[in-house]
Amino acid sequence: MTAVLKVEGLSKSFGGVKAVNGVDFEVAPGELKALIGPNGAGKSTCFNMLMGQLMPSAGKVYLKGEQITGLPPRVIWRKGVGRTFQITGTYQSMTVAENVQMALMSHHRKLFSLLPYAYRLFREEALALLDVVGMADQADRSCAILAYGDLKRLELAIALSNDPMLLLMDEPTAGMAPKERINLMQLTSDIVRDRGISVLFTEHDMDVVFAHAHHIMVLNRGELIADGTASEVRANARVQEVYLGGGTLYAAEGSHA
Amino acid sequence: MGLFVAQLLTGLANAAALFLVASGLSLIFGVTRIVNFAHGSLYMLGAYVGLTLMNTLPGAFGFWGSIVLAGLVVGLIGILIEICVLRPIYRAPELFQLVATFGVILVIQDLALMIWGAEDRLGPRAPGLKSVVRILGEPVPQYDLALIAITPFILFALWWFITRTRIGILVRAATQDREMVGALGVNQSWLFTGVFFLGAALAGLGGAIQLPKGGADLLMDLNIISAVFVVVVIGGMGSIPGAFIASVLISVLNVFGVAYIPQSTLVLIYVVMAVVLTVRPYGLLGREEKAGEHGQVGEVERPIRPVGTRGRAFVFVLLVVLACVPFVGSSFLQVLITDILIFCLFAASLQFILSSGGLVSFGHAVFFGGGAYAAALLVTYADTPMELALLCAPLGAGLLALGIGWFCIRLSGVYFAMLTLAFSQLVWSLVYQWGAVTGGDDGLVNIWPSAWLSGTTAYYYFTLAVGVGGILVLRHIIHSPFGYTLRATRDSARQAEATGIDVKRVQWLAFALAGTMAGLAGGLFVFSKGSIFPNELEIGKSFDALIVVFLGGVKTLSGGVVGAVFMESIKDWLTRLEYWRLILGLVIIGVVIIAPDGIVGSLRKLGERIGLLKEQESMR
Repeated sequence: MTAVLKVEGLSKSFGGVKAVNGVDFEVAPGELKALIGPNGAGKSTCFNMLMGQLMPSAGKVYLKGEQITGLPPRVIWRKGVGRTFQITGTYQSMTVAENVQMALMSHHRKLFSLLPYAYRLFREEALALLDVVGMADQADRSCAILAYGDLKRLELAIALSNDPMLLLMDEPTAGMAPKERINLMQLTSDIVRDRGISVLFTEHDMDVVFAHAHHIMVLNRGELIADGTASEVRANARVQEVYLGGGTLYAAEGSHA
Repeated sequence: MGLFVAQLLTGLANAAALFLVASGLSLIFGVTRIVNFAHGSLYMLGAYVGLTLMNTLPGAFGFWGSIVLAGLVVGLIGILIEICVLRPIYRAPELFQLVATFGVILVIQDLALMIWGAEDRLGPRAPGLKSVVRILGEPVPQYDLALIAITPFILFALWWFITRTRIGILVRAATQDREMVGALGVNQSWLFTGVFFLGAALAGLGGAIQLPKGGADLLMDLNIISAVFVVVVIGGMGSIPGAFIASVLISVLNVFGVAYIPQSTLVLIYVVMAVVLTVRPYGLLGREEKAGEHGQVGEVERPIRPVGTRGRAFVFVLLVVLACVPFVGSSFLQVLITDILIFCLFAASLQFILSSGGLVSFGHAVFFGGGAYAAALLVTYADTPMELALLCAPLGAGLLALGIGWFCIRLSGVYFAMLTLAFSQLVWSLVYQWGAVTGGDDGLVNIWPSAWLSGTTAYYYFTLAVGVGGILVLRHIIHSPFGYTLRATRDSARQAEATGIDVKRVQWLAFALAGTMAGLAGGLFVFSKGSIFPNELEIGKSFDALIVVFLGGVKTLSGGVVGAVFMESIKDWLTRLEYWRLILGLVIIGVVIIAPDGIVGSLRKLGERIGLLKEQESMR
């Protein structure tokens, strides 16, 4: 079975800084995979290259075997990749339902249509998606007045609107209360199970990661240092060193002093 | 060879005043992010104040002292403007600030008229520098040489101030990240005021220093402002060395243009500007601007819905009333309403791109005038029947908008606005100076409608149908998927791109659509007046539209139309007053500060408060 997402030798340099350096990994169908790492490890850079926001310096990205490296985000989205952002970017001047309808209009290629009233288009479909994330009761509220956790759930509904085979979620629970985090990740893992889509997400909350991810990858200083199940990653010596400190940093400083 | 050198020197001398004004504008923009349209007015004040002082203070010391004093006085006036007008609106959207500074222009125009009178004043000659020097046989005024010598010193002094002093460091820091500077404990408001003082003083100096060459008149504010914009935009907003290079470039080009290709000097300057901005969108020494990095400013626009039954009934009744006007009203009233309807369509087209698209266009009149000229040229040179010509007006304007939009859409915010201004000035100068084809200043005349529309009443009904039809089409498009897509690109370009929307393409098409509708208004206009003149595509016309959209309410759907009706209705009465600019200017400033929602927005909020309208769920 071909991997949904396959990444080979992905690299990105900003000037002399190698933010991401030769990363290889795969995401299997129906897999919920986490990408973790300390601040500045290159997680967001990695994500931005997968979705086309950034052009990689080197390396290739394949979606179901088709090369998508360097394509613009809108093209990658049309090929079946949904994305949520670390900081939500919903349309503030529209209602909750209209935000989803907007994505559906794009999916059904109605963007340049001038005749119908947009607020009537694909409303049922939008309500069904909002129901999946538990937002149907707020469908007609203005997006500008939503609580942050609700915005995150709305973003998830929008990301599902093009029936994606892969979902990229950049820190899906950042800025949420602990209870909301658990609910959102439970929701995500239910969606993975019910719809058979693959999810790749970055996260800082280790409880969330170890409770839900099928596989975990660890990125440090732009390099992938571990890729495996929760218990494998937990036992990995380099991961422990990165997260807990191996004493090497201070040892090195001591030798200079 | 001698003539060439003499002209080069004249160009360099002309650059002095231009550089002073442009560096002031650039400095203010760099720190406060406000494009001060009133900067030309400060320049004009500098000239008048300098003139008054020179007439009282004697001798060479009096002359040069007056120039310095004029700078200080104008700097103080700048402080007054900054504290009264700009401080309350630093956090408002760009458009509000621009409109406010435009209000300041109107106020200063009338104040100058009150104090110094309407006639042009000649500046005194500089004591001791009254004669000419012969260079390679050509006469060069001594004062020109003095200016050429002074300018590098001013550039050096500014450079020293910006790079070497503590305040200069703060100014540079604020140019890069004013929030950070504020967080480090610098009193931002006084920093802004100080910068505004300096910028205004530079403009005042520029006005006073050019007195021996030019003098003072009431038109010099608007005359210099477009040149200053060209300089600042070419040099790069916020860059003082850039302003210097561009001032010299433009002044020298201008002098040589006058000498060798007098029929296309203006065109030449705007072509240079368009070329520079196409190759380097942020100017020669400007840096790329990350638009919207501090999030959306101002109150978020509300979700929209097509008007309900009551609203439709109201519009229907209004149309019936308008249809009855010829039976009861005079032909004067019909002409007035025809003018209003045309202006409404023009304003609605601007509101479409400005409110729904979030693209502040400063040159929208170019499409109005472009449509009008397209029709007029066809009638004049190809004997095109009116019906076909009127069809070609929106088509021509739409094509023009596709062309101009292709360049402008790549930028955003202030840079987009500046580039639209540059292109509209380019077209204006082309029309103005290509007299053989466009009639130049004399315009094109005898553009009358076909026989079946030749009566006032017939044309009134025709305008009513086409004008209202156009407005309704625009409104419907706002509610259509395309309108929603456009709003999506405005609300969050990143999200739009990540959900399959080609943001630039959508904006480009919307820009073309707005241009098409403006062109339709222009076509209606030319056949209603029977003539067209270059002033219909001037900056002033673009500003008229911006101001009515603003007065009506930017964040509403009907603001443009309501504002246009309001403005055109009172214009006739207002312009009969002696100091109408003063009143209008104060009203504009007042609206910006006190009622930024405009007429429609304020009425809506009032209606919600007294319970006539259903209140929207708020953040509180």
